[in-house]
Amino acid sequence: MVKTMIKNENTMKNIVQSSQNVGEESIIINDQNKNTVFGTKNFNLWYGDHHALRDINLDIKENDVTAIIGPSGCGKSTYIKALNRMVELVPIVKTNGVINYRDRNIFEAQYEVEELRTKVGMVFQKPNPFPKSIYDNIAYGPRIHGIKNKKVLDEIVEKSLRGAAIWDEVKDRLNQNAYGLSGGQQQRICIARCLAIEPDVILMDEPTSALDPISTLKVEELVQELKDNYSIIIVTHNMQQAARISDKTAFFLNGEVVEFDNTDKIFSTPTDQRTEDYISGRFG
Amino acid sequence: MRYIDDTVIMKRMKTRLNKNRGWKALFFTGTLFALLCLVILLVRIVSQGFGYLDWDFLTNFASRFPERAGIKAALIGSIYMMSIVAPVSIILGVATAIYLEEYAKKNKLSDFIRMNISNLAGVPSIVFGLLGLTIFVRSLALGKSLLAAGFTMSLLILPVIIVAAQEAIRAVPQEQREASYGMGATKWQTITRVVLPAAIPGILTGSILALSRAIGETAPLVVIGIPVILQFLPDSPFSEFTALPMQIYDWAKRPQEEFLYVASAGIIILMIFLVIMNSIAVFIRNKFQKRY
Amino acid sequence: MASQGSGNGQSIQDMIAKSRNSKGKKITEKLMPILLFIAALISVLTTIGIVFTLIFETFEFFQRVSITDYLFGTNWFPFSGNNPTFGVLPLILGTLKITVIAIIVAVPIGLAAAIYLSEYASDKARRTIKPILEVLAGVPTIVYGFFALTFVTPILQQLIPSLKIFNALSPGIVVGIMIIPMIASLSEDAMSSVPNSIREGALALGATKFEVAIKVVLPAALSGIISSIVLAVSRALGETMIVSLAGGATPTFNFDVTGSIQTMTAYIVQVSSGDAGYGTTIYYSIYAVGFTLFIFTLIMNLLAHYISKRFREEY
Repeated sequence: MVKTMIKNENTMKNIVQSSQNVGEESIIINDQNKNTVFGTKNFNLWYGDHHALRDINLDIKENDVTAIIGPSGCGKSTYIKALNRMVELVPIVKTNGVINYRDRNIFEAQYEVEELRTKVGMVFQKPNPFPKSIYDNIAYGPRIHGIKNKKVLDEIVEKSLRGAAIWDEVKDRLNQNAYGLSGGQQQRICIARCLAIEPDVILMDEPTSALDPISTLKVEELVQELKDNYSIIIVTHNMQQAARISDKTAFFLNGEVVEFDNTDKIFSTPTDQRTEDYISGRFG
Repeated sequence: MRYIDDTVIMKRMKTRLNKNRGWKALFFTGTLFALLCLVILLVRIVSQGFGYLDWDFLTNFASRFPERAGIKAALIGSIYMMSIVAPVSIILGVATAIYLEEYAKKNKLSDFIRMNISNLAGVPSIVFGLLGLTIFVRSLALGKSLLAAGFTMSLLILPVIIVAAQEAIRAVPQEQREASYGMGATKWQTITRVVLPAAIPGILTGSILALSRAIGETAPLVVIGIPVILQFLPDSPFSEFTALPMQIYDWAKRPQEEFLYVASAGIIILMIFLVIMNSIAVFIRNKFQKRY
Repeated sequence: MASQGSGNGQSIQDMIAKSRNSKGKKITEKLMPILLFIAALISVLTTIGIVFTLIFETFEFFQRVSITDYLFGTNWFPFSGNNPTFGVLPLILGTLKITVIAIIVAVPIGLAAAIYLSEYASDKARRTIKPILEVLAGVPTIVYGFFALTFVTPILQQLIPSLKIFNALSPGIVVGIMIIPMIASLSEDAMSSVPNSIREGALALGATKFEVAIKVVLPAALSGIISSIVLAVSRALGETMIVSLAGGATPTFNFDVTGSIQTMTAYIVQVSSGDAGYGTTIYYSIYAVGFTLFIFTLIMNLLAHYISKRFREEY
């Protein structure tokens, strides 16, 4: 029953999306027949005096896994935190330029940041479940957005945990504290928590950097499964990971996009010398 | 030639080690002295006052005769006063802490508020009594009432509660807030559903310890002019009342020796209150440490 | 699935979008910071209230008593019928006697306890002793006052036969006992925050624990230790109930510690427990004395703040 429900859900989501996408054909840039979820145009960001992102231009397509790689301090985390405006939690941040989410500039004054983050979910570097039960963790998102019906919440929790491939491990202890789980399980709980509000895009900020290799593998498999229904943007310090799981890869260096292309192309025949130096391990 | 002569060093070593041992013993004695003071104090009071503790002592009003003196009015008065102090000081303290930790921008005003709180914590309690006397008793015409005393005590322990609540809120990791914002939660939702639940054990522990200070404070009550020999219980927040430490102070001042034993019995009651409150604080701390 | 649960084919995002139009949420978001800010202002208003209360009533007092007589007078006889004198020096001297005795008792013992806890005690011992010290700090001052009057004074009278029932020595010692936990705990914090690598550097050269404590840890933690002592001084200056019960009510201008004294705080208590009518010079005098006390403690608190900020060790 649950499987059919998930299927229903998927088709329904597609319907919702295609209805949203009517009239967006004109902005298709690549030869691929895909819509742009995030269009970044001449985007700049400063932390105080530090110019962290310089003239970023990047079009991210839906239902792609887009990897962002680059050495530490290159601005890759800053960039995806700009996509759901989490950067604004740092008080000294200034921005200019445009980031369009589904054709609307997220930095325009009337844009409610809560609305944006409801559509654009995020998984963080360190697993950060709340010190609540597993159930309450998953139900957190729906609850803050006003869904209170217990039956609906039950279904959302189960579906989200299944979606994050952790249902079988935790179904018997939904009322236990999420902190009792291992790091890898916690991170998948965080992914499930993110799925519970059915975002359009999932941002992942080095989601496996705190995990052991086996947990990392599970999360990577999960990303592959999720890409059918979600657009995923993943920051990683691990080039093999980018090569394994992503469709597109952007290479950031010193706050600039050096190269953005299909992952195969980036890792086989990069155009820019700096990209080649980085992926062949000459620096970083 | 060698600069370091092993035989000289070994000879000195012995005196150095002895010195170390001697001082260690001295430091330990210092620590022991502090602990000993506590033991003597408790033993003295319990042995003096225990004989006077009985049901009558709890249910009698104050009296000129030591054998008939009871603590009823003071006990009930203290409980009533604390039922004003607790909500007022905790609500104001936690609200201030949330403002300072979650909303206040780093500017001159918030720096000033912080500086002000740390200075307020160092103001002697008797000065708070003078404040209460002028503002609550006279200007607001509350008289020597439960409200006047309750408000004065609330202001007295406010800085302690603010600091405890700030520490508890600060201890909630930033990642928790990010997770909540990342789901599209608003700031207030994040505070009420993520930050406060995680900070509540710390807030409660700090608040209970602060309240146990308020229950034993005497000086502000003396300055406000709280009466001691009352033959009735307060029937509204505007009633006059008396409190445990006031009653103890009054007995301790009396020349008859028997009243010293009555005072000891009163102190035992007061200390039982403090032990209960401290146990609750420790219990909350331990219980929630396990859960989270 | 969620669709089946809610029964009308909605996705979660649809349900979210539907419940979004609640106006209450937006108002709460705007209103709460304002309410919280008002709460935060209460603490500022308290300070303003204290300062203004003290200044206004003290000003009233100086309409009746000359400020120089108050500041430099050595006779404090406010109750002497037709010729009251208000020279505050005896009260200040009484307060200082108590404070000095308290510090003489508390600093060596408090520091010894701090060094023992930070440098010698096992983790287990530290975890047991520190909470006990906290209990000592939580004992109400009225209880300490009773202890001074009924226990310490009689014992001291055995040792010093000339000691009066009310004197400076006994409450001074007990105020010292009261502030031991404060010095011990704050100094221990300062010493524990000296990094272990510094200790290990000295220990590896063959230094004894005592040498490490005195020559390495103590100098490194000095600012924290001194500021803890200054805070303790401030506590001793403002201590009320111990001195009211055991110190007496005789403002004297001499350096004798065996006779009855009166501190600033004890004077305020004496007037408050009596029936000095509202509006009399005596009534206003408690504000002048309170103001004087406030200035003393404020200076101490600012000094402690300055020392711990200015001389903070960076590791």
